[in-house]
Amino acid sequence: MRTLNDLKPGETAVIDSFTENDADMDYLMELGVMEGTPVVFVKSAPLGDPIEIDVRGYHLSLRRSRARCIRVN
Amino acid sequence: MNPSENVSSPRRGLTVALVGNPNTGKTSVFNSLTGLHQKVGNYPGVTVEKKTGSFTFSDTDVELIDLPGLYSLVPKSLDDKIASDILTNPKNKISVIDIIVLVADASNLNRNLYLLTQIMDIGKPVILALNMMDVAKRNGLKIDVDCLQAELGVMVVPVVAKKNKGIDELRRGIVALGGKQDTLKTRHLQVEEEFSRVLEPVCDYLKENTYYNEDYCRSLAIRFISSDDAIKYLEGEWSRNLDGARLKKLIGTARKELEALDINWHMAEARLRYKWIDRMLGRCVTRSDIISSDISERLDKILTHSVLGPLIFLAIFAAIFQTIFSYAEVPMNWIDSGMHELGLLAARLIPPGLLQSLVIDGVIAGVGAVLVFLPQILALFFFLGILEDTGYMSRVAFMMDRVMRGAGLSGRSVIPLLSSFACAIPGIMATRTVHDWKERLITILIAPFMSCSARLPVYVLIIGAFIPAGSVFGVISYSALTLLSLYLLGILVAAVSAYVFKKTIKGTGRPSSFVMELPPYRRPSLRWTALQMVERARLFVTDAGKIILAVTIVLWFLASFPRSGGQGDDNDFAKTPIEQTYAGRFGKTLEPLIKPLGFDWKIGIGLITSFAAREVMVSTLATIYNLEDADEGSVDLRQALVSDTDPQTGKPLYTIWTALSLLVYYVLAMQCMATVAIVRRETNSWRWPALMIFYMTTLAYLASFTVYHIGKIWG
Repeated sequence: MRTLNDLKPGETAVIDSFTENDADMDYLMELGVMEGTPVVFVKSAPLGDPIEIDVRGYHLSLRRSRARCIRVN
Repeated sequence: MNPSENVSSPRRGLTVALVGNPNTGKTSVFNSLTGLHQKVGNYPGVTVEKKTGSFTFSDTDVELIDLPGLYSLVPKSLDDKIASDILTNPKNKISVIDIIVLVADASNLNRNLYLLTQIMDIGKPVILALNMMDVAKRNGLKIDVDCLQAELGVMVVPVVAKKNKGIDELRRGIVALGGKQDTLKTRHLQVEEEFSRVLEPVCDYLKENTYYNEDYCRSLAIRFISSDDAIKYLEGEWSRNLDGARLKKLIGTARKELEALDINWHMAEARLRYKWIDRMLGRCVTRSDIISSDISERLDKILTHSVLGPLIFLAIFAAIFQTIFSYAEVPMNWIDSGMHELGLLAARLIPPGLLQSLVIDGVIAGVGAVLVFLPQILALFFFLGILEDTGYMSRVAFMMDRVMRGAGLSGRSVIPLLSSFACAIPGIMATRTVHDWKERLITILIAPFMSCSARLPVYVLIIGAFIPAGSVFGVISYSALTLLSLYLLGILVAAVSAYVFKKTIKGTGRPSSFVMELPPYRRPSLRWTALQMVERARLFVTDAGKIILAVTIVLWFLASFPRSGGQGDDNDFAKTPIEQTYAGRFGKTLEPLIKPLGFDWKIGIGLITSFAAREVMVSTLATIYNLEDADEGSVDLRQALVSDTDPQTGKPLYTIWTALSLLVYYVLAMQCMATVAIVRRETNSWRWPALMIFYMTTLAYLASFTVYHIGKIWG
């Protein structure tokens, strides 16, 4: 299954599940990133990492290592 | 609830906490509510900034506390912890809150309401201040305020804080709600019957062993079951009232029971709250299809463009540095000459002697040493404040994160480190934006390796005197190459040190993370940035200033005593040769220790006086060589250094290797008392500044030793 890390700029997807359950992932869920939430991959930083996503109407940046733990549809 | 209610006097007092997510314009609301009636301080025992203000509305005095911005009541940083403690713990030592005002960004309600629903569970009267209603409208959002009020069960006041709209309504709302208990109860955490039953033992235990009411205990129970992170916080804070092990056991049992029921307990709190929010907002907010093109997004395409982004970033900082270096010089000279004038005045008023010397060279020099940093600090804080206000700072962090990761840091450390190239003091004060305590500490510990502007005079003097003319392939001169290498050496050592600290300092155990909001670009407010700049500068002067003044007086004592040996010249302090004073004797005592670095007693004295500020090295050498008013550009001083000979061998005393050794020492050593003072302030302990003096000076010694000895072998 694809992860958030595999999306291309401008692409929209719906979050399916998390492959990790640690404090960082819990934090993402508190920020509204969870199963069933639609996300837009906005872009990656000039050096390719971290990435910027649009979720629940605001923009969030996270590292690719974390994006790899988020499965999407 | 409100003690002054029972008093017969018509005047009432209310304490209001202002909370909200970061980037919601909470500070603008605070500023609009309080005007200039505000002050910045620290929470007792910690270095989190405490902002309080007040206003009076229809005979009620309202005290406002602006809490650090937070996304959730599960704390992630020291700031969060303090905010959530003030809000939830009725026995906290800081303040008893009567009303909570939550500021939310109307154009980004969804996530903002997560914190609101958590806060409503506390059971205190809550007002929702919907800020930036104009932005929401422009983005095509139609928010039905009455609908929100009915659904949420709290007072909702739409405001546009930057335009002062709705602020009086908010004041009226606060006063109207004052002292009243919140009677409307809505249950945002709607769970199935069986889930509720499983929760009961945890709820009961919390109810018996905390000060919280029933609703909040239920909310807490779900929070603890949801995530181990929340329990970690509990253990640290309230272990006195609660048996952590017992609670954990109850939570474990509840989780198992939920699993048996096929209910996913993991982050159940977030799932439940967002489910409720999504449904509620669906009823109260409509999004029109015509969305005006977003300026913020277009701007961002340029500012974080893969090629243009870093270039613009460099250009902005080059411009800021240029401004600071060229314009801060002017007021710095005013301060210098002002202090000089003050000294002359003191010389006229106070008869020559001990007291005169103490006042002029001790006290006035000390006050000057504090004030001379101010123009740079003010300028840097002003520019950083503006950039922060616009939202550009998070883009810098976003762009630079990848670079900082190599050293175990995140993009958030970029600005403090960059600022340190001007001066480590504002740089270290700017680490407040680094949320993770360990990362913040590491940033503080390595910031002084960035070559600050005070080192430049020393670099210029030594390079000018000892580095031969000529160039590499006719492109870059040896002098320029040396200067560049010094800056790079500082950066390299900082990176390696950061890596070592990352591995050795004990932290929260949380992996370095870079989950960060990228707020929309906004127009900055010059007025409030200026106000904040002044407040920060005031903190520097009052807190670090005391230490700097004390150290200057000690340095004065060392450089003036003992008085020159009773030659009938007792009154003339200025003429006591520096080599006969304690500082001079220290320099000589130091000689065997610094000899392996190629330094003699003259440099030794300079190393001691440099503690006032590194550039003092230059004037100290000038004093030793009896050159009045020589500066780093002075040909005489350079000549004096180059032509000084060893009295025993007759060979030149200082070689190019001495020079390189000295330069390396200045890059690496911890020599600035103002930095020490500010680290003491920001870490609230002498432990870290002591470590800094020790490890930086040791590194400097070893590096200079190596350089000097390579030179000796080389010949």
